[in-house]
Amino acid sequence: MAMTVELPALETTDGTIAPPASRRLRRWTQPAIGLLLPLGLALAWEATVWLGFSNGRLVPPPTKIFAAIVELARSGELARHIMTTLSRVAAGFGLGVLAGTVLGAISGYWTLARRLLDPTVQALRAIPSIAWVPLFILWLGIFETSKIVLIAVGVFFPVYLGVMGAILSVDRKIVEVGRTFRLSGPAMIRRILLPAVLPAYVVALRVGLGLGWMFVVAAEFMGASEGLGYLLIDGQQLGKPAQIVAAIVIFAILGKTTDWLIEIGSAPLLRWQDAFGRHSGGA
Amino acid sequence: MLVLNGLGKIYPNGVNALERFSAEIRLGEIVAIIGGSGCGKSTLLRAIAGLDRATSGTVTLDDIKISAPHAKIGIIFQEPRLLPWLSVAENIGFGLSDLPADIRRQKVAGALARVGLADKADAWPRELSGGQAQRVAIARALVPQPEVLLLDEPFSALDAFTRRDLQDHLLDLWADTRPTLVLVTHDVDEAVVLADRVFVMRPRPGRLFEEIKVNLARPRDRNSPMFDSFKRRVLTALDRSLDRNVPDGDSKSTAGEAMWW
Repeated sequence: MAMTVELPALETTDGTIAPPASRRLRRWTQPAIGLLLPLGLALAWEATVWLGFSNGRLVPPPTKIFAAIVELARSGELARHIMTTLSRVAAGFGLGVLAGTVLGAISGYWTLARRLLDPTVQALRAIPSIAWVPLFILWLGIFETSKIVLIAVGVFFPVYLGVMGAILSVDRKIVEVGRTFRLSGPAMIRRILLPAVLPAYVVALRVGLGLGWMFVVAAEFMGASEGLGYLLIDGQQLGKPAQIVAAIVIFAILGKTTDWLIEIGSAPLLRWQDAFGRHSGGA
Repeated sequence: MLVLNGLGKIYPNGVNALERFSAEIRLGEIVAIIGGSGCGKSTLLRAIAGLDRATSGTVTLDDIKISAPHAKIGIIFQEPRLLPWLSVAENIGFGLSDLPADIRRQKVAGALARVGLADKADAWPRELSGGQAQRVAIARALVPQPEVLLLDEPFSALDAFTRRDLQDHLLDLWADTRPTLVLVTHDVDEAVVLADRVFVMRPRPGRLFEEIKVNLARPRDRNSPMFDSFKRRVLTALDRSLDRNVPDGDSKSTAGEAMWW
């Protein structure tokens, strides 16, 4: 069976045009290997509880977690919690990205602004962001504003640092090419600086988004009446571990999905980066 | 005509990189500037390009004073400096953004064919070899048809075989429109094979030391006795520019270059 797959592949190895069938197969089997461990553990735990070696009350088996998700979904509660959390992350992420991009760009582009601004930003960055929570609640109240601001603070720092660092590390030699072709200021930004900064910016956005998801949990711990973080607290107070794990699983899915959206959204703009990998056919 | 009049450059740290450099370079002439490191040859080129300002003296091209990059002056650096996010064709068309798209496409296609990379139009720069990338850089600089093309050690990062190849290729391209070429190099062979005149410079402060006319018809045979004698003249001048009396100095001057950092 394996031989029949690989024989035509052998003929095309030096042709390098069509991806051999075996490689296409490998593209699917390699990520699948990564699933073996979590799936195996889940199955083992399920079996342990099913065979009665444990009652599974504190660590619910996968079927219980799945049942909890289904139950929440059926009542429409799940969609409401997800929407609440998603909109908080979206608002906080948007705000943080905007502030981080603008201030990062100013600091990166303008030395005087960097000398003025950067020490303060770096000092603020050293404060664990959760420490702001009491102050934010005092200033902005217990409702949405304080939560969104906390998320925005979490997102701001990696985006600010990413943008500033990216602008500072733009190759001076490439900028000089722009100068020899007499690009105007705006043209220099559009044709040289933006494309040069983009890869690092995408990384900064992804780091920022990860922190946004982290901070939405913190924000929803401080007195929320809905949202996935509320589900966590609710599950703890009412002793429903299945609900807690269900919320964690949904966090994982949402976090991964939004990260993936940034990745595929930026992929067409960053095609030039992986050109080498594509042609050497490696990895 | 490109006129350099008493060019001097003192850097803010007090280094006197270039002093009273004057020359007149006719349209279509090929000039090589050679000298040990620190003789101000790159400083000179950057001043002509309008990238750095000279602290004294002037550069004029057809009576226009050059103090910033100019449309009639193109430059090729030691590294290709292609923009990695643009395809080869887009890189070559980078300086033509004012032109209508169809004319631009036509010019780029012509330039690609001329440097023998028509099949690489849609490749990314990182997929090219060093020699191919430098060809693209040459095409990018030549496609706006500059009157003066400046080259800052353009082939020094390439292997010997590719270097010769590109030297011949550069002469071919030069023959198309005959721009003025000003080439900075530390390779005596390269200077003699390309240039009508070789300016030998001396360091500290950077100054014109000797000017050698290379009266050899093109194409030049690198193995001819005449070629050798011109090479020897340039080498001797180089050695004297470094205050070393080596009567039959051959490879010594290039070895000694490292001293003049």
